[in-house]
Amino acid sequence: MSINIDQALQTFIAEARELLEDMENSLLQLESSPEDAEIIGAIFRAAHTIKGSAGLFGLDQVVGFTHIVENVLDRVRDASIRIEGDLVALLLESRDHMTELVNVIADQGGQLDDAALGREQALRKRLHSYQGVQAGHAAVVVEPEIESSGGTVAGPDNWHLSLRFDREILKNGMDPISFFRYLETLGEIVSIVTLPDAMPPVEEMNAELCYLGFEINFKSDADKNTIASVFDFVRENSSIRILPPHSKVAEFIDLIKTLPEDEKRLGDILVTIGALTRQELDEGLNAQKNPDGSTAPLGEILIGQRSVEQEVVQAALDKQNQVRESKSKENKYVRVQADKLDELINLVGELVIAGAGANLLAQRANDSSLQETTSTMSRLVEEIRDGALKLRMVPIGDTFSRFQRVVRDVSKELGKDIDLVISGAETELDKTVVEKIGDPLMHLVRNAMDHGIESAEKRLAAGKPVKGMLKLNAYHDSGSIAIEISDDGGGLNRDRILQKGIERGLVQPNQILTDQEIYNLIFEAGFSTAEAVTNLSGRGVGMDVVKRNIVALRGTVDLESAAGQGTTIRIRLPLTLAIIDGFLVGVEKSSYVVPLDMVLECVELTESERQGMKERSYLNLRGEVLPLVPLRAHFEIEGSHAKRENVVVVQYAGQKAGLVVDELLGEFQTVIKPLGKLFSNLRGISGSTILGTGEVALILDVPSLVQQAANAEQKISQAN
Amino acid sequence: MPIRAETRNGICHLAIEGEMTIYTAAELKSELAPHLSEPKTEIDLSGVSEMDSSGLQLLILAKRETSRHGRILHLAGHSQAVLDVLDICNMAAYFGDPLIISSNA
Repeated sequence: MSINIDQALQTFIAEARELLEDMENSLLQLESSPEDAEIIGAIFRAAHTIKGSAGLFGLDQVVGFTHIVENVLDRVRDASIRIEGDLVALLLESRDHMTELVNVIADQGGQLDDAALGREQALRKRLHSYQGVQAGHAAVVVEPEIESSGGTVAGPDNWHLSLRFDREILKNGMDPISFFRYLETLGEIVSIVTLPDAMPPVEEMNAELCYLGFEINFKSDADKNTIASVFDFVRENSSIRILPPHSKVAEFIDLIKTLPEDEKRLGDILVTIGALTRQELDEGLNAQKNPDGSTAPLGEILIGQRSVEQEVVQAALDKQNQVRESKSKENKYVRVQADKLDELINLVGELVIAGAGANLLAQRANDSSLQETTSTMSRLVEEIRDGALKLRMVPIGDTFSRFQRVVRDVSKELGKDIDLVISGAETELDKTVVEKIGDPLMHLVRNAMDHGIESAEKRLAAGKPVKGMLKLNAYHDSGSIAIEISDDGGGLNRDRILQKGIERGLVQPNQILTDQEIYNLIFEAGFSTAEAVTNLSGRGVGMDVVKRNIVALRGTVDLESAAGQGTTIRIRLPLTLAIIDGFLVGVEKSSYVVPLDMVLECVELTESERQGMKERSYLNLRGEVLPLVPLRAHFEIEGSHAKRENVVVVQYAGQKAGLVVDELLGEFQTVIKPLGKLFSNLRGISGSTILGTGEVALILDVPSLVQQAANAEQKISQAN
Repeated sequence: MPIRAETRNGICHLAIEGEMTIYTAAELKSELAPHLSEPKTEIDLSGVSEMDSSGLQLLILAKRETSRHGRILHLAGHSQAVLDVLDICNMAAYFGDPLIISSNA
C-alpha cells in the first residue's frame, strides 16, 4: 500500500511557498505599475491556487483567510477597487500572514500564537473594509443572463457535477468526501447521489480502490474555473464533468451517454437530484435517437446551440491551457530531495578519491596503456564531479530579490526613500551557501539602510539626490563568489572608529593602522554593543556575528568606504563547500593542498635567495615585494632543510604571498573533509583530505596565511 | 483485530472499532467478508472514530452483498464520524437503518 499523504502535503507546502514568493514579487511590481492586469491576474491566481489546494487538505485556517484575500483581489481584478499604496501594503501583510499559516502547517501540529491570531483579526477587519466598499458597486454589476437558444428546454439553475474518480485516489491520500466538504465552502450541495455500481463482487473488490461515483447538484455563485480547480489534483485518470447552470438538456444526455453506468438509471438519478425534469429527460433521449430525421452527431448538435456553449468551451480551453502550462513546467523541473543530491555528491567525492588512487598506482606501475585509461577515467570523473556540483548550483538572484521587500519595508519604517539595484543575479553558487548567506546579507542590508544612507535632509544638504541607493552585486572571482552590498551614504567615520577602537582596547594608541584595518574594526566582537552604534555614525549591531557566519563558510568579508560617498562591503565565499581542485605540495614527509584557484605561479628558490630568506621573509618577484610564509617553520616541521625549495605564489582578495615548500606534487582533485571541533582554532588549515595512497593531507587556509604574511610584512615596514 | 464478532439469538453481531479509512480498509475487508454469509448480521458502528470513502465503500459492499442473497444487514449505533459521511454522501436511505440525528447535525 502506498499512501503518501505526507508527501502530497509536503508538495503543497513547497508549492504554496513558491506561490507566496511569486505573489510577493508581483505585489512589489504592482506598486510601480498599478494598472497592469497581468500582474493582478498573477496575484489572484496565486491566492486562488493556494486556497484551492489548501481546501483539499482540509486546512481550514488557510482556506478561510485566503478566501478573504482572494475576494479583495477579485474586486481589484474587475477594477471595482483601485490599487493604491495602502492596499498593496495590506496585501503584502496578508501575504506574510499566509506564509505564517503555511509555516504552521509545515511545523506539524504547530499553532498560531496569540500575536499572530491578533494580526489575523486586524487584517481580516482591514480586508473587510475593501470588501465593504465594493458592496455598493456590486449591485450594479449584474452578470448578463445567459439566454438559451437551442430548441430544448434550458436546464436547472444549479451546477451539475458528475464525478468518477481515479481508482487510485484513496491510495494517493485523497478522499472524495474531503472534496465535498470543500465544495461546501464554495456553495451549497443541494443533493448528491452516490453510485456504487462500479464496485465488483466481494471477491474481486479491492478495499483500497475507489469504486464510488457521484452525481451532485451544486448551487454556487463561483465560476467554472473555481469549481473545476477543486479537482485539479485528481484530474488525471478521473472523469470530472461539470455542467454549468442552465446547461442544455442535450449536454446532460451527452453526459449520460459517456458515463459508465446504465443510461436509464443515470437519467433517473438526474431527475432525482433535480438536474432535469422527467419530461426534459424523455424528450432529450428521444431527440438523440432521432434528431429530426437527420443523423447529426451529438457534438454538432451541441455546437449548433451556441450561447452557453461558447462560455463553456472557453472555460474548457482555458483549463486545458492551464493544465498544459503546468505540465510543461513540470517537465522542465524535477523536484529532488536535497539529501539525495548530497548523497550523490558524497559518492562523487569518494569516486574522486578512488580515481586519484588509481591514477597514482598507474603512474607507479609505469604502464603507459594503464596510464592512458586512468587519465580518461579521471577526465570523466572530473566531468561527473562538475556536473554533480552544478546540480546544486542556484543563481543568487532569488536571494537578492527577497531584499526588494526588505528594502521597501525598512525604508518606509525609517522614512527614507531608498532604491535597490540588483546586478549579477544570475551568478550561481552552491545551494548550501545560498541558504546560509541569507541572514548575514539581511543584516548588512538593514545596516546599510539604517546607518549608511543618510536622511533626506542630510542628503540634500550634501548635494546628493534625495533618493538613496543600495546596490547588491554578485560576480565570480577566482574560484569564489563575491557579493557586494554598497550604499551611497555618508561612509564610515574613520576617526571615530579608531577612537572607539582605542577606547575598547582593540587598538593600542600608538599603533599605526591602514584605513582598511580601521574599517575592519567594526567586525570585531567588542565593537558591536548598542552604545557603540548610537554614538557612531557607522554600523554596529552584530557585525561580528556577520563576520563569524561568513568565516564559517570559509569566506571573508571586507569593507571599503569613502567619506560622503558611501560604503561597500564585499563578501567572498567559496563556490562550493564540498570539493576543490587542489595543488599538492610537500614539506618533508607531509603533504598539503593549496586550492588551485588561488595559485598564481610556482618559482624555484635560488641558493642566494635561500640564504637571503634567513634574514628577511620576503622575495623580490620581478620587482614586486612578495611576503613569504615558510610552511616548514609555520607548521614547525622537524628535519633538515631539503636540497631545494619552491615558492608557490598564491593570491587572495588582491593580496599575494609566497608559500615556501620542498616539493611541488602537482594538481589534485580533492574532497574536503571538515576538521573536527578540536581543531577549529587551528590557523592556516581549513580542512583535510585523503590522498590516493590513503595518507592524510591538510588543506591550507590560504586566506589566513596570506593575511598573516601581509601583516608580518607591514610590521616590518612599519618598524623600518 | 478491529472487528469483534459474536453470535447471539441467531444474529451475528459485529462491532467495528477504530477508524474505517484507507489505512484500515484492506484489513477490515478481509475480516468483514467471511461474516457476510450469515443470514442476519448487525454491525455496531459506535466505535468508529473516523471514516472516509473507503469505509463507506465497505459498508455499501456489505449491504449489497447481503441483500443480493436475501440476507439481512443492519447498521446500528452510528458514531458521529459515520453519520457525517452518510450525510454528506446522502447514503442514509440506501442502508435504510434508523439513525439518531444529533442536535448539531
